[in-house]
Amino acid sequence: MDQVDFNAPHSMGTTIIGVTYNGGVVLGADSRTSTGVYVANRASDKITKLTDNVYVCRSGSAADSQVVSDYVRYFLHQHTIQLGQPATVKVAANLVRLLAYNNKNNLQTGLIVGGWDKYEGGQIYGVPLGGTIVQQPFAIGGSGSSYLYGFFDQAWKEGMTQDEAEDLVKKAVSLAIARDGASGGVVRTVIINSEGVTRNFYPGDQLPIWHDELESHNSLLDILGAPEPMNI
Amino acid sequence: MTKSLDIPPKGGFSFDLCRRNDMLEKKGLKAPTYLKTGTTIVGLVFKDGIILGADTRATEGPIVADKNCEKIHYMAPNIYCCGAGTAADTEAVTDMVSSQLQLHRYHTGRESRVVTALTLLKRHLFNYQGHVSAALVLGGVDITGPHLHTIYPHGSTDTLPFATMGSGSLAAMSVFESKYQENLTREQGVNLVVEAICAGIFNDLGSGSNVDVCVITRGNKEYLRNHLQPNPRTFVNPKGFTFSKKTEVLSTKITPLKEKVEIIEADAMEE
Repeated sequence: MDQVDFNAPHSMGTTIIGVTYNGGVVLGADSRTSTGVYVANRASDKITKLTDNVYVCRSGSAADSQVVSDYVRYFLHQHTIQLGQPATVKVAANLVRLLAYNNKNNLQTGLIVGGWDKYEGGQIYGVPLGGTIVQQPFAIGGSGSSYLYGFFDQAWKEGMTQDEAEDLVKKAVSLAIARDGASGGVVRTVIINSEGVTRNFYPGDQLPIWHDELESHNSLLDILGAPEPMNI
Repeated sequence: MTKSLDIPPKGGFSFDLCRRNDMLEKKGLKAPTYLKTGTTIVGLVFKDGIILGADTRATEGPIVADKNCEKIHYMAPNIYCCGAGTAADTEAVTDMVSSQLQLHRYHTGRESRVVTALTLLKRHLFNYQGHVSAALVLGGVDITGPHLHTIYPHGSTDTLPFATMGSGSLAAMSVFESKYQENLTREQGVNLVVEAICAGIFNDLGSGSNVDVCVITRGNKEYLRNHLQPNPRTFVNPKGFTFSKKTEVLSTKITPLKEKVEIIEADAMEE
């Protein structure tokens, strides 16, 4: 058996997604955090709030991505007070880039910034490993994204509705969970538009079943008589 | 200007020996290891607060270095922290942060919050990029309610309703995953924590000896040192231990200092 190495850096083999639609953005992520071969947290939240209208999907080293988003949240808080109005998505994404680029030799993290502002509407910015910044109509990241490029080339359409966009994200994350060993758990989504923010949560038994997968069964936990392992 | 280059450097660190050590290690030299606590530590949220648990074995490689050590550290009156990893690091980092929290309380006159402890710990650990090997389970009850966090050596943190850490974490987690429920009573919670620690003690070689428990509720805490002793000593010397030959006192002589002091009357000092 493989030895469980608790000194291995705590990282997020991940699937993260950001998609724009007509009116806003949908962010999506799985919930698995692993230490080597051990799942350290099966219900983690990788979609982190930066401001009321900007969120970020984190991938790579958990410690690094938390530090980057903590700093950006702090800077944006100050910025919002000085400005007297909400920060734009562009400013938020640029701060992420600044930290990711200036410290590129010490960071192992890829981030997707998504949000809505009154000037440019819903926007997605990808900030991958080297610390560059790319505005995209949709962005995918993490180890699970390798399985999704083709799918997004085929399935993403300009001007989707909110429901179409969320379904696309949900479907994509569940596809990646099915094929990528480092992604798993539940699917979390965050929808941001002019109305505000909506958070959704889809447990494994509410996700579509793909090729060769089995129907969800009552777990051992149910057999043992526990009502539910965990409510989130 | 060019002359300044000839002046030998005065301050700063020298890393020459690090390169030497790397070279020696590549040649097959085994560097001495630190005292590491192969450990089982756990924590859970119950109806009225937080329960933390730990085993009491400290190891040095294959040797049991301490059969009854304390792994639940004090952070603040309402916050405690279980530590796994290098014993010196967990002890040092929790001591340091608890001092910072005490100073912060003197400054603000308010009860410490769990997030404050969490942020101080994670910042320190991140700064040292995983070289401070402390894996922690932090729990406490503050003005905003009960909180439980895990902190990894690299500085990442998680927030969970139940958590395990250390080499026995897999055994302990299997107990939590099958039996944890929301809104456990105090008694149910303590029993579950004890069961999880026992799973570590009996199934993980790095963990052993006794179970320590700490129950934290709003405005109250109970540190149950050696709450359970599932491994009592089997072979105890019936005669007990005697340390007969103490250093003998051969003679006593007391010389009062006062007799030697001479008091001289002198004129008052003048300006």
